[in-house]
Amino acid sequence: MKRTLALALVLALVLSLGLCLTSCGGSDTLTLNVYNWGEYISDGSDGSLDTIKAFESWYEAEYGQKVKVNYSTYASNEDMYAKLKSGAVSYDVIIPSDYMIARLKDEDMLLPLNFDNIPNYQYIDSEFQGLYYDPDNLYSVPYTYGVVGIIYDANKVDEADVGGWDLLWNEKYAGSILQFNNSRDAFGTAMYKLGIDVNTTDKSQWDQALQELMTQRPLVKAYVMDEIFNALESGEAAIGAYYAGDYFTMADAQADTVDLQFYYPEVTNYFVDAMCIPSCCGNQELAEIFINYMLSEEPAVANAEYIYYATPNSLVYENETYIEDMGEDVMDILYPALDGFSAQYNQYAYRNLPDDMLDYMNTLWENLKIT
Amino acid sequence: MKPLAKLYTALIFLFLFAPIAILLVFSFNSGNSLSVFSGFSLYWYKELFHDTNTLGALKNTLVLALCASLIATIMGTAAAVGINKLRSKYMRAAMNTVTNIPMVNPDIITGISLMLMFVFVGRLMGLSTSLNFWTMLIAHITFCLPYVILQVLPKLRQMDKSLPEAAMDLGCTPFRAFLKVELPEIFPGILTGLIMAFTLSLDDFVISYFTAGNGFETLPIRIYSMTKKTVTPKMYALATITFFVILALLLMSNLADTDDRGKEKQPRRKHGRKKRTDP
Repeated sequence: MKRTLALALVLALVLSLGLCLTSCGGSDTLTLNVYNWGEYISDGSDGSLDTIKAFESWYEAEYGQKVKVNYSTYASNEDMYAKLKSGAVSYDVIIPSDYMIARLKDEDMLLPLNFDNIPNYQYIDSEFQGLYYDPDNLYSVPYTYGVVGIIYDANKVDEADVGGWDLLWNEKYAGSILQFNNSRDAFGTAMYKLGIDVNTTDKSQWDQALQELMTQRPLVKAYVMDEIFNALESGEAAIGAYYAGDYFTMADAQADTVDLQFYYPEVTNYFVDAMCIPSCCGNQELAEIFINYMLSEEPAVANAEYIYYATPNSLVYENETYIEDMGEDVMDILYPALDGFSAQYNQYAYRNLPDDMLDYMNTLWENLKIT
Repeated sequence: MKPLAKLYTALIFLFLFAPIAILLVFSFNSGNSLSVFSGFSLYWYKELFHDTNTLGALKNTLVLALCASLIATIMGTAAAVGINKLRSKYMRAAMNTVTNIPMVNPDIITGISLMLMFVFVGRLMGLSTSLNFWTMLIAHITFCLPYVILQVLPKLRQMDKSLPEAAMDLGCTPFRAFLKVELPEIFPGILTGLIMAFTLSLDDFVISYFTAGNGFETLPIRIYSMTKKTVTPKMYALATITFFVILALLLMSNLADTDDRGKEKQPRRKHGRKKRTDP
C-alpha cells in the first residue's frame, strides 16, 4: 500500500515536470504576453469564439509561424501598474483604463504605436479619437467603454421620481438606496448632482460634495461595490448607480418580484479601456498585429458579446448578428447617441487627481464613513 | 453542561460548513445570481469544462502544487532527519527557529521579499523578465518546507533510536537502515506533511501573486482578477469539485493512518516486554 502510494507520487512528479516542460514550447514559437482584466475577453464558453485560440491559428495560417499567447489577468489598474512597475515581468499588450493610460504615458511606460500595422483602427469611431488621455492618438486603441447610469426596481420606485441623480437622495426610498463604497465614485455622484467639476482642485467644492453625501447617509442602505449585484437582484435594495453593461447582468438574474430598469442622468461618468503596448514589450510588431486582429470583425463581435460593454468599433455596433443578439432594448441602452461623446467625456470623466487632492478626498471620505 | 456543549459543537460546525454548503447549493443554480435560486441545473459545471482558460489555470495550479509539495517533502524530510541528528541542543533549537521563519512570517512579507530577490538576481543575470514558473516553484517550496519539517520531526523523536542502530549492527549500511527501518516508521508524518504542503500550495494567493510571471496564472490569481466583473458561478462549481476531491484525499489519508496504527501496535509491545525480562 505504502510502496504503491510512493510510486504513484513519484510518477506524478515526473509526469507533471514533463508536462510543464513541454508546455513551454519550442524555440521557433513566438510568444506574446497579454495582460488583461479578468473576464474581459471571449473565452469560448457557451459556444462563443475563443479569440485567443483563434488568433493563434489565424497567425499561423497567415504568417506560417507558430505563436503562443501567454494570457494573464488582473483585477484593477493599480494591480497592473504595480506589476509593470516592478520590472519583473514583461508584457506585450495591456488594456488599462483611461486615467491609467495618462499616468503610464507620463511615466514613459508606453510605446507609440505604428498604425501601419493596425489598419483596422479606421473602424474606431472618430468620437473616441483624441480623448484627453491620448490627445494625439499615439499610444492607445480603444477596446470598450462604459457609462454610469442609475438602476432602479420599477416595482418599488414611482416612475414620477425617476430622472437625474436626485433619485439617490430621495427620502421616500430611505433604506433602499445603495451608494458606491469607493471614494472617487461616491463623491462623483454628489458632484454631478451639484454640477461641480469632478476633477476640481478647489477644496471648498469637495467639502460641499461631502455635505451632500452626509445628507444622503441616513438614507443609504449600504455602501457597496460588487455586492450591488446581489442586493439589487434579490430586491434587498431598490436604487443604485452602476455601469450599463452590468445592468444587463443584474436584469438577467433578477428575482421574480423585481423589475430592474435603467436610465442615464444628464451628466455622468464615462470610462474607456484601451489596448496599449508597454515599453517592456519584446515584439512590438507582433503586439500590433494582435491589436489589429482584435479589431477585426469576428473576434471583436465575439468579445463585445461576451463582455457586454459597449465598443467603439463600428464593425461591431453595425454588425447585424450583433444587433440581433443584443436585442433592441440592450442596444438602446448600451449605445446612447454618440454625437458629442468626446466633448462630454473630456468634460465629465474622472481624471487623475494630484496627490494632495487624493489625500484630501480620502480624509473627507473617512470622515463620512466614521462619524 | 451537556446541552451547552452540544450547542457549542453545533455552532462550530455551522460556522465551518455553512459557507461551503451555500457555495455547493448555488453551484447548481440555473441563474447567475448568488441570492436568487432560480432552479436546479448542471449548467455551470458544463460551462466550467468548456472554459479553457480556467482549466489551464487549474492545470497550472495542480502542476505547481504537486511539484512544490513533492520537492518540499523530500527536502523537508532530509532536513528533519538532519536536525534530529544534531548533538548540540542549542544548535537544534537554532535550526528549528530558522526553519520556522517562513511559517510565522506574514505571507505578504514573504511574497514581497521573494519578489525583490528574484528581480535583483534577474537583473544581475541580465534577464528582461525574472519571474516565471521556476520562481513561483521556489517560492512555494519555501513556504511549504517548515510544515513538512514540523510533521516529520515529532515522528523521528517518537521513534526508538535503537531500531536503526540494531539494523546497522546486523549489517545494514546507514542509508539502507534509513530506508528499511527509519522511513517506514516516519512515513505517516511524511504523508501528512505532503498533504499539508499540497493544500497550502494549492490555495496560496498572496505569495503567488507577487512571484507570478507572464502567462503562468494559478487559479487563485485568476479568481481574484474576476472581480472587475462578478465572479461567475462557474467558480462555485469548481470550488465544489475541489472540496470533494480534498475531502476524499483526507479520508483516504486518515484511513491509511488508522490502518498503520493498528498494525504497528503489536510488535511494539513485544519489543518492550523483552527489554524488561532481560536484566
